[in-house]
Amino acid sequence: MSLFSFVLGLADDALILGHRLSEWSGKAPMLEEDIALSNLGLDLIGQARLYYQYAAEIEGKGGSEDDLAYLRDEHAYTNLLLVEQQNGDFAVTMVRQLLYAAFAHPYLQAMQGSRDQRLAEIAAKAVKEMAYHVRHASEWVIRLGDGTQESHARAQIAFDDLWMYTGEMFHVSDDERALIAQGIAPDRAAIKPAWDLTLHRVLREATLQRPKDGWMQTGGRTRQHTEHLGRLLAEMQVIHRAHPGVTW
Amino acid sequence: MVDPEIPVLTLEDLGVLRGVEQRDGRIVVKLTPTYTGCPATLAIQLAVEAALVEAGLPDARVETVLSPPWTTDDITEDGRSKLRAFGIAPPNRASGPRALFGEEVVACPKCGSTHTARISEFGSTACKALWQCKACAEPFDYFKCL
Repeated sequence: MSLFSFVLGLADDALILGHRLSEWSGKAPMLEEDIALSNLGLDLIGQARLYYQYAAEIEGKGGSEDDLAYLRDEHAYTNLLLVEQQNGDFAVTMVRQLLYAAFAHPYLQAMQGSRDQRLAEIAAKAVKEMAYHVRHASEWVIRLGDGTQESHARAQIAFDDLWMYTGEMFHVSDDERALIAQGIAPDRAAIKPAWDLTLHRVLREATLQRPKDGWMQTGGRTRQHTEHLGRLLAEMQVIHRAHPGVTW
Repeated sequence: MVDPEIPVLTLEDLGVLRGVEQRDGRIVVKLTPTYTGCPATLAIQLAVEAALVEAGLPDARVETVLSPPWTTDDITEDGRSKLRAFGIAPPNRASGPRALFGEEVVACPKCGSTHTARISEFGSTACKALWQCKACAEPFDYFKCL
């Protein structure tokens, strides 16, 4: 795996999840949460920009962050399958956020020590924002799980449905192993205990069951996506593709 | 130059001005973003560039610096008093995981009471949370620790 591909994967994860959260703008269950989800989305899109800018520099073809975000098709995107899953109901969105943030926070903590100075700098900034994501998503998952019968059931269904996408976060490809050996990429497999611990604490307080580990779906990093990514990109990219180079 | 979202703070008060230097005969202004996705980052950069042109320095440029990352501890003492006077509770000192996951004590910017409660983790901008004073009933913004 080249450094470019690695940075692009980080960028795609942040952008796609950020875009998903932005889909709640104007229609979240309550005003405070509408603002909260927009803010979380903004953090992720801001992080995505830092990664895309760096990726464009590494590529060295004179391209920009916008070219990478708006002019790549579904089969050029390398984000994790988890982040492209549809928002579903509020419980699905919050459980997805917890599953990702509980991984991203310790992953960014580790990346602060990357031997690639730029990645270490970006991680040092992003890790502080991600800590808020963990806290916010944890509070909501606890509230939903330990809430009414209805909210409990929905939160449990969300965990059960999304669980098969969590294995990919910890899957180290052979290509990535070289970057880990060079001290550039954190070892994602080594993040698993920290993720397990966060999940354990939140699930226990939320009175929810940890789903059993079964078949884990992978493919995002190798550009094989679920049906949902294409539709997301169609909406996200339409203006830029209809009016190439448009600014406002 | 003031922050477009919190116009009582200058860029220096906010701690985002990382220095001005001369490089190859050109002025370089170094700025650091607060939150990575803060829309004001671009607005601030454009405003600084416009001011430099107005000051007769069309060759000057603005550079973004990420490291060390901005923290709310970078807000000056002066800036903290201005925030309080503006009705925004300034961030607690020593930002970091301990401040984040422990219980925060936030004083009401109107009456000073610490009998306050968080209403919403996220407020009108990325950097603020919504709180309310239980003593004087004032709802207020709290500048979150980062």
